[in-house]
Amino acid sequence: MSRLHVVSGKGGTGKTTVAAALALALAADGRRTLLVEVEGRQGIAQLFETGALPYEERKIAGAPGGGEVHALAIDPEFALLDYLHMFYKLGSAGRALKKLGAIDFATTIAPGLRDVLLTGKACEAVRRKGKDGRFVYDYVVMDAPPTGRITRFLNVNHEVAGLARTGPIHNQAQAVMRVLKSPETAVHMVTLLEEMPVQETADGIGELRADGLPTGAVIINMVRPAILDHAAVDAAANGRRAAVAKALSQAGLGGARRGGLAERLVDPLLEQAREHAERVALERAQRAELTGLELPLYELELLTDGVDLAGLYRLATDLRKQWPM
Amino acid sequence: MDMAPQLDTDALLADPETRIIVCCGSGGVGKTTTAAALGVRAAERGRKAVVLTIDPARRLAQSMGIDALDNVPRRVEGIDGAAGGELHAMMLDMKRTFDEFVEAHADPERARAILANPFYQSLSAGFAGTQEYMAMEKLGQLRARDEWDLIIVDTPPSRSALDFLDAPKRLGSFLDGKFIKILMAPAKVGGRAGMKFLNVGVSMMTGTVSKVLGGQLMRDVQTFAAAMDTMFGGFRTRAEATYRLLQAPGTAFLVVAAPERDALREAAYFVERLAADRMPLAGLVLNRVHGSGAVQLSAERALAAAETLSLGLAETSGASNPAQPANPRGSAGPADTTDLASEAGEAEGATLTVNSPENLAEDGIVDPGSGHAQEQNASAADDSSASDPDGSPTSAERLAVGLLRLHAERMQVLTREQRTHHRFTTLHPEVPVAEVAALPGDVHDLAGLRAIGERLAEQPERQPKSAAG
Repeated sequence: MSRLHVVSGKGGTGKTTVAAALALALAADGRRTLLVEVEGRQGIAQLFETGALPYEERKIAGAPGGGEVHALAIDPEFALLDYLHMFYKLGSAGRALKKLGAIDFATTIAPGLRDVLLTGKACEAVRRKGKDGRFVYDYVVMDAPPTGRITRFLNVNHEVAGLARTGPIHNQAQAVMRVLKSPETAVHMVTLLEEMPVQETADGIGELRADGLPTGAVIINMVRPAILDHAAVDAAANGRRAAVAKALSQAGLGGARRGGLAERLVDPLLEQAREHAERVALERAQRAELTGLELPLYELELLTDGVDLAGLYRLATDLRKQWPM
Repeated sequence: MDMAPQLDTDALLADPETRIIVCCGSGGVGKTTTAAALGVRAAERGRKAVVLTIDPARRLAQSMGIDALDNVPRRVEGIDGAAGGELHAMMLDMKRTFDEFVEAHADPERARAILANPFYQSLSAGFAGTQEYMAMEKLGQLRARDEWDLIIVDTPPSRSALDFLDAPKRLGSFLDGKFIKILMAPAKVGGRAGMKFLNVGVSMMTGTVSKVLGGQLMRDVQTFAAAMDTMFGGFRTRAEATYRLLQAPGTAFLVVAAPERDALREAAYFVERLAADRMPLAGLVLNRVHGSGAVQLSAERALAAAETLSLGLAETSGASNPAQPANPRGSAGPADTTDLASEAGEAEGATLTVNSPENLAEDGIVDPGSGHAQEQNASAADDSSASDPDGSPTSAERLAVGLLRLHAERMQVLTREQRTHHRFTTLHPEVPVAEVAALPGDVHDLAGLRAIGERLAEQPERQPKSAAG
């Protein structure tokens, strides 16, 4: 099983939530995972209901069986200083560079460099070993940029190829790429059962495959139960309105006669049912589309009260039940 | 009750003083769709409008006939021009916009050198802020051409909503900045004598930078910086002009959000940021808001009623006697005049009468959590409509159970949305809001965009909506 799990998805599909739930799920049975964030949004801190994460790995949650989830918000600037320190022992020179705006330059404007630094830090965490010779983290889960940018983000080699054909950045990019293209890595996509996210997922998977990046699973998030379909709604609307009104009346919702309280519920309820049925039909088509991608599909139900910490643990449990871990 | 002022988008679109509308907000809230829908509505109400989109979903782009990315506004076919309006649309090609900028601001030889520089090529295609900068640059160009009386801009799907306000300045300050000047220093040795001392330190520094970046990249950056030298002033001037254009009275910002916690938190943040930058905010567009034609029936009561019917169904099938009324209140027709509340009380009584343990155990006819429930329901409904059009009471009750469970789900969504919305209006009571009712499917044609525009314009009558539950 892969050790670096990259989680992407269209904006609004809940990729941060899924990444966090996956980190929790992978930490079960006494394992240790690192959840990293690369876009400076502090989404992880919000989910785990803690203060903003510094550039420092710290434990943010425990998992069943003594497992631990650690988190890190990777900041490109700190990652660069880190890197300079590690490879060039440039402690004070690093600060001087920062003063000059060189660090800003390298992490913000120099294209591709920023991404090499972010992915590089994650890869370093994947490969890091403790004094006992064992990996410090069993798994690293990355809350990655959205689908539209994921291939470009991961394909750092290509991005810096035109820029640094030789030299240290080139070498670093090569090293990062070796990890990202190996079976040690899996890129997962989070989607909803809606047209645009599904389309983007299909496009994103296509791009990953074209660039030889390892695809993982598709996670369908916020799945809602299907209660009625078109056939049922049509049946209810065609000639059975009176019977439905009567049933509502039996349930204690008022009179079934024309103008009665129960009777007046029939139209709005049928309208809602029609919308629901339309959605169910659309979702069926989207699910078929996703099945066509020939990747493992996992589903997470919609938490109607939004995702709080308890909800996150519930999603982690749901993932663990479906995911061969 | 929260009574935020209503955002009148039709008035905004009709006002000839409105020349630019900027749609911003976090990803996945329907920003591009809102921009396109506003464009369609503006054009059909007589404006000569152009929509500048950044990264539209393919089918949305196709619906406006701009599936080819060519950086030039194209006229959208199928718009009703009776009011004298037109709609044009374009998708931003940031590399091309950057190239055109270089070509316009440098002599041909220098422009060629810049365009061929590997560092420039990466910068123009890849820099995180380039898209934002170029969107603003394109906006400036469209405005300067004065061919349209309304420009509607969609903002890039940024890491954070702030990026597009900051990026122009950031790019400007980099290209204009100290570091690039220092990098360039070796390239123009022999100049200013006063720079000599500085150059010693600088060459040490560039030596370090060179070690880290690698000599070849360093040379590319230096050549690029030297070639761009004359354009730095241009960048700064343009960035400042764009920024001022955004603050000008003819501009209106619309913050787009969905009634979800994260999206509205981002929206609130954005509202504050716009105020801090003195950018004119017109209001909040709240997409995908759910409503119900039966708000008088709360989620709790709908679920209780569904439960009552389910238990009745379980009892009926358990007793193998479908003719038996499922519920003792089956003949309670003349209760029309009693109010719902008192009937609810009676319903609870009815629930108790059938709520015996064996019935609970057999209650499995409609499983609320099961994705297969609808198939059971569907077949039940099919059977009854085929064989028994007037219906056994059971299948009508099954349907009613489904309808009630759906309604409960809808009311829960509605309550949650109102709570999130309320939180926003408490923080920002001054921000006008327009709600757009949720559509069951995605929008990908002009008719769909038109429908969104209508929903935007027709705000529901403001009666204090008491959140049921």
